[in-house]
This record gives sequence, C-alpha cells and structure tokens, in this order.
Amino acid sequence: MSVLSDLVNLSLSDATEKIIAEYIWIGGSGMDIRSKARTLPGPVTDPSSLPKWNYDGSSTNQAAGDDSEVILYPQAIFRDPFRRGNNILVICDAYTPKGDPIPTNKRHNAAKIFSHPNVASEEPWYGIEQEYTLMQKDVNWPIGWPVGGYPGAQGPYYCGVGADKAIGRDIVDAHYKACLYAGIGISGVNGEVMPGQWEFQVGPVEGIGAGDQVWIARYLLERITEISGVIVSFDPKPVPGDWNGAGAHCNYSTKSMRNNGGLEVIKKAIGKLQLKHKEHIAAYGEGNERRLTGKHETADINTFSWGVANRGASVRVGRDTEKEGKGYFEDRRPASNMDPYVVTSMIAETTILG
Amino acid sequence: MSLLTDLINLDLSDSTEKIIAEYIWVGGSGMDMRSKARTLPGPVTDPSKLPKWNYDGSSTGQAPGEDSEVILYPQAIFKDPFRRGNHILVMCDTYTPAGDPIPTNKRHAAAKIFSNPDVEAEVPWYGIEQEYTLLQKDVNWPVGWPIGGFPGPQGPYYCSVGADKSFGRDIVDSHYKACLYAGINISGINGEVMPGQWEFQVGPSVGISASDEVWIARYILERITEIAGVVVSFDPKPIPGDWNGAGAHTNYSTKSMREEGGYEVIKKAIDKLGLRHKEHISAYGEGNERRLTGHHETADINTFLWGVANRGASIRVGRDTEKEGKGYFEDRRPASNMDPYIVTSMIAETTLLWNP
Repeated sequence: MSVLSDLVNLSLSDATEKIIAEYIWIGGSGMDIRSKARTLPGPVTDPSSLPKWNYDGSSTNQAAGDDSEVILYPQAIFRDPFRRGNNILVICDAYTPKGDPIPTNKRHNAAKIFSHPNVASEEPWYGIEQEYTLMQKDVNWPIGWPVGGYPGAQGPYYCGVGADKAIGRDIVDAHYKACLYAGIGISGVNGEVMPGQWEFQVGPVEGIGAGDQVWIARYLLERITEISGVIVSFDPKPVPGDWNGAGAHCNYSTKSMRNNGGLEVIKKAIGKLQLKHKEHIAAYGEGNERRLTGKHETADINTFSWGVANRGASVRVGRDTEKEGKGYFEDRRPASNMDPYVVTSMIAETTILG
Repeated sequence: MSLLTDLINLDLSDSTEKIIAEYIWVGGSGMDMRSKARTLPGPVTDPSKLPKWNYDGSSTGQAPGEDSEVILYPQAIFKDPFRRGNHILVMCDTYTPAGDPIPTNKRHAAAKIFSNPDVEAEVPWYGIEQEYTLLQKDVNWPVGWPIGGFPGPQGPYYCSVGADKSFGRDIVDSHYKACLYAGINISGINGEVMPGQWEFQVGPSVGISASDEVWIARYILERITEIAGVVVSFDPKPIPGDWNGAGAHTNYSTKSMREEGGYEVIKKAIDKLGLRHKEHISAYGEGNERRLTGHHETADINTFLWGVANRGASIRVGRDTEKEGKGYFEDRRPASNMDPYIVTSMIAETTLLWNP
C-alpha cells in the first residue's frame, strides 16, 4: 500500500506547472455533495479566473435525461489537503444552460440577500457549530457502540478522553488540520454528549463565505471518513431515545450588535425571529421534529424561547454578551442537516430586512 | 490509513500562523478529564495571554441546564505531542461566570496555600509516583491477563522484560517521550509488581506546578491508551486478593529539609502528619481502604507508622536522607486516584502552616 500512497502523494511541481481542480457542488437531495476533477494549465487563486464547467444532472436528480447538462459556476477556492501542492478545491453552484439557478441551488438567493446594501453594511458574522455522528460502515450503528446493543448512558463522553469514552478522534483531528490547511476558518472541535458524535465550528465568517466554508468542511469530512471506512451522518436524531440529537447551532452578529448598545439590537432581532418561528423552523432541516423535543438540551419545536446561558432555549445569549452589553447570540434551532446558505441568509433577511 | 496519518501529521507552519490550543479541565467526578480545542491566531507561550473560555457544565455534572456556562481559566501551557508544531495543551481550572471556583475546582484553594509567604519561602518540592493499571477494552480485565482466568502470581513482573512478563510497554514508552516533549518534568518509569500495572514519576517540581504536570501527564496517558485501544484505570485496588494495589506515593521536601539539620525538620513534619492522619486519609483518594490493608507494601489505613527504608509504613524515609542528615521523605498513603492539588497542598499546609 505504500507504493499506492507514494503515488497519491506525488509532488508534481518538479514535473509540470499543471494543477488539479476538484469542482464541488450540492446534488439533488440538497445534502449529497458531488465532485469531479479537471486539469488546469497552471495555478489559480481567483475563482473568477476559473472556467465554468458542466455535469450530468440526470445522474444527480437535477435534470432530465434528454436535457441533462447543468452548468457549474466556480464561487470560492480552497487548498486541497489531499493533493496538496498547488492543487485546489472549488465550491460551485448550479445553473441551467440559460443561466438560471436550478431549484436546488440555494446559494444564488443567499448571495442576493447578502449583497443587499442594508445587509452588506451590517457585516453579518456567522459561527456555525456543525455536529455529526460517525457510523460503522454496513451496519449503520454509531462507531464504538456494540453491534446489537448500546454503550453506557450519556455523561462521560462530552469532551471525553480515553478508549472507552472517545471514539474516532483520528478522523476529527485529521479533519481539523485538513480544514486549516485548506483555508477554512475552523475555530475548534469537541467530542459531543452522545458517544460517536463530534462537533466542529466554522467562524466567525462574514456573509456568503460562511455557507461556502461549511459546505467545503462537510466535503472534507466525507472524504476523510471515506479514507477511514466510516460513514458520517448528518441526521438530526440518529438514535431515538435517551440520546442527544445533532444540531448546527448558528451564532450570529451584525456590526450594530457588536458595537455599544448592541444588546438592545440583539433583543430586537430575537423578537423578529420569534414572530417568524414557523417559517424558520420549516427551513432549518428535515426531521428536526425528532430532535427538538424540549429534552436533551433543545427547546420544543413548537415553542420559541430565549435566555442567557440557557441551553434549553431556542435562542441563547452568552453571559459575556449580557455583561458587556454587546456581542452575538446563538440560534440553537437548526438541525445538523440544515443548508447553511438557507439558514444564514434567512437569519439576515428576518433580522435586517424584516 | 496512512493517508489519514498524513493528514493528522500535517505540518501547518507553511500554510498558516494559526495554532490549535487544547483546553483541558477536570470534570464533575473529580477524576474525569475533559478537553476541547480552539484555533488561535498565532503561537502563545504565556498562559496569561490565553483567552478564558467556557464549556457546557450541564454535560459534565458541573452546572444546571438553564445556567450551564462554566468558565475555563488557562493556568499552564505544555507542548502538544500529538499535533506538534506550535500547537499546545492548556491546563485550566473552572469558575462560575461570577468568578468563584466551582466546587470541583481543587486547584484554586491549593494555589492559595502555595502562595502563602510561609509556604513560598520554603520552596516545597514534590515527586509523585503515579501508578496505574492497563485494562483490556470491553472486558475491564488487565492487559495480558487471560479472559476468565489469572496470570501466574506476583514475583516476575516488577521491572521485568519479556512477552510473558511485561504487558503494554509501547504505551509506557510513548507516554514517556510524549511527556518529555510536552515539557513535563517526568523523572522515570517502571513496570510494577502486578502484571499490567505500571508507574511513572513526575518531579521534583515546585508547588502547584507538580499537580499541573501530573494532571497533564494523566491526560496524555488517556490519549495514548485511547489510540492503543486500551483503558487506563486509576482504581487503587483494581483486582481484589493477592494482587498489589495502585498508589500515588508523594515524595516531599522543603528548603529547610534539604539543608543542614534537615533530618530534624523532617521528623517534626512527620509528627504533624501523624496528628492529622485521619484528615489526610479522607482526602487521599476514594476506595483507598481496599488498598491500605497492611499487606502488599502498604500500611493499614487506620495506622500511622513511619520508618527508614520501610515500605510497609505510612511514611518512608530513604537511607540516603538518614545518612546525610537532610533530604526528603515519601508519603505512601495517597491512592492512584488522588487529586494532586489536594494532596500536595494539604501536605504543605499541615507541615508548614498548621500547629497542634
């Protein structure tokens, strides 16, 4: 296998100027990530210098067989931690040949909201806490769990250490460094309350960049679990019963919230979110009703509540923010399978344009 | 899997100035270690320059759900032997948002004792001998022991070598180098009397630093056994019967003990410890009564006894110390699951601040 690794890790820079660009997009389910690679004549750092491309949309449920081309528009470049050198990853969004965003393209509308002058001037920052569960291949049972049984009850696993408490750390640590290498603003990782569940955080990132970076981070996680022979699940309640679900808490602030008097701006924004609770919930991820029960550090899906340091609320304001009178707040409602383009732009739209 | 190792071992110094800091704290049971990591903009060597952080205390038995934030105060920095580069491990202690130490925070009171001028002036040194047992995952039976049975009786295993006598040396050796890399003052290791049991020593270190180093050494051991797929136990008597228990003998000296006439100072200190035997024992680790039986190189838990070169005593003074008239002594009572913040500060308090 070391001969194969030698080839995978070949540094081509002595042999050629050419680089490999992996074009990445979101498929027809809204959660399946797809990618394919192409050779380019030399290094590229500006996405607008990259060529548009296309793919077979009839194989991803995004086009009909007799009119199958879907066009890829490159939007952001990241360094490729697998191929390294000058090779790149490119996050794209998907359009018809005529130039219209296809229905599953949520980035296009989000970009519109973020370029609205009232939104852009408020410099909205996002910190997204992406939770996920690692599953044993073929049996779809969390890693470290005995097949046909259950581990000891939750308690020892949150931020735990030791072979009987933390399972899968090599995946998490490889992902952390890979994301830093790629240029993603990954701000931390931790083991979660349910064994086999982990979290990474991306942020603070401004505007549309938050969505791009979360999607690339998810792609890197899928690639790394692929290498490990383990499956990553973004299901919001992978195991029913007395086991925590998986969320994607979204931390948010605007320029006004970060400046003096920000706490009042925050409270007004939370008030606006409360009035649109149902609309947000409908867009915050499929299956969230299995997770937002009011137990396991969630608020019930039909209730909107907020509080300082309260992990059982829909929205939590940190003690630091309360003390300093400015800062940010955390929307704890989004599920782990939410689309960050949808969630981040919707929060901006409701709180700034609403 | 080597592709995964390539990523874990990525040297980021060519791509970014950013570093990863793993914040480590003691959880709600007093023995469960917890940690999580964050990215910092550049290298840091001074703990006072690290930001405070917080975690969900309701998930570690340290806060209620509706007021769950517990604040982490960084106290000591060590180099991260797993991520290497400029990445760091940070030993923290835990506070309420109002700034009070939470009940399981034993470091705060220890730091107070160590900064008392009478204690500081005596420059107290500690050498802690941390014993532990390696257990097979899922069956909770020591490594190398046959499932459903027992190995041959104790005798061949202490400091031994060979596949039928020494089990788990790869863990012990990688731990030794990892601790040295991290900047822990690890002074040695040895295989112990019970097969599957090992010991490492940290020290001599001054004051509160001894405890910070023991906790980080324990954390590194948990991380290494996690990698090896083995469970580390700090239980003081993991196997009942004719098998040694596991302790955390604490070697101790002050400036006066290390100077001319030190032997008299040592004897006076041991007398004071004898007068507070019950108080110390109750703080020296849960389950110690299963270990301190008077057999297996221990003194009975209800007896206070000291002697030169006597491993069956509560306190042992080495022959060198007796001969030179100065040196240190060894408190053999603490169990392997003791909290070093409590034990080290209590020994200092009783011998330097307390009077009968």
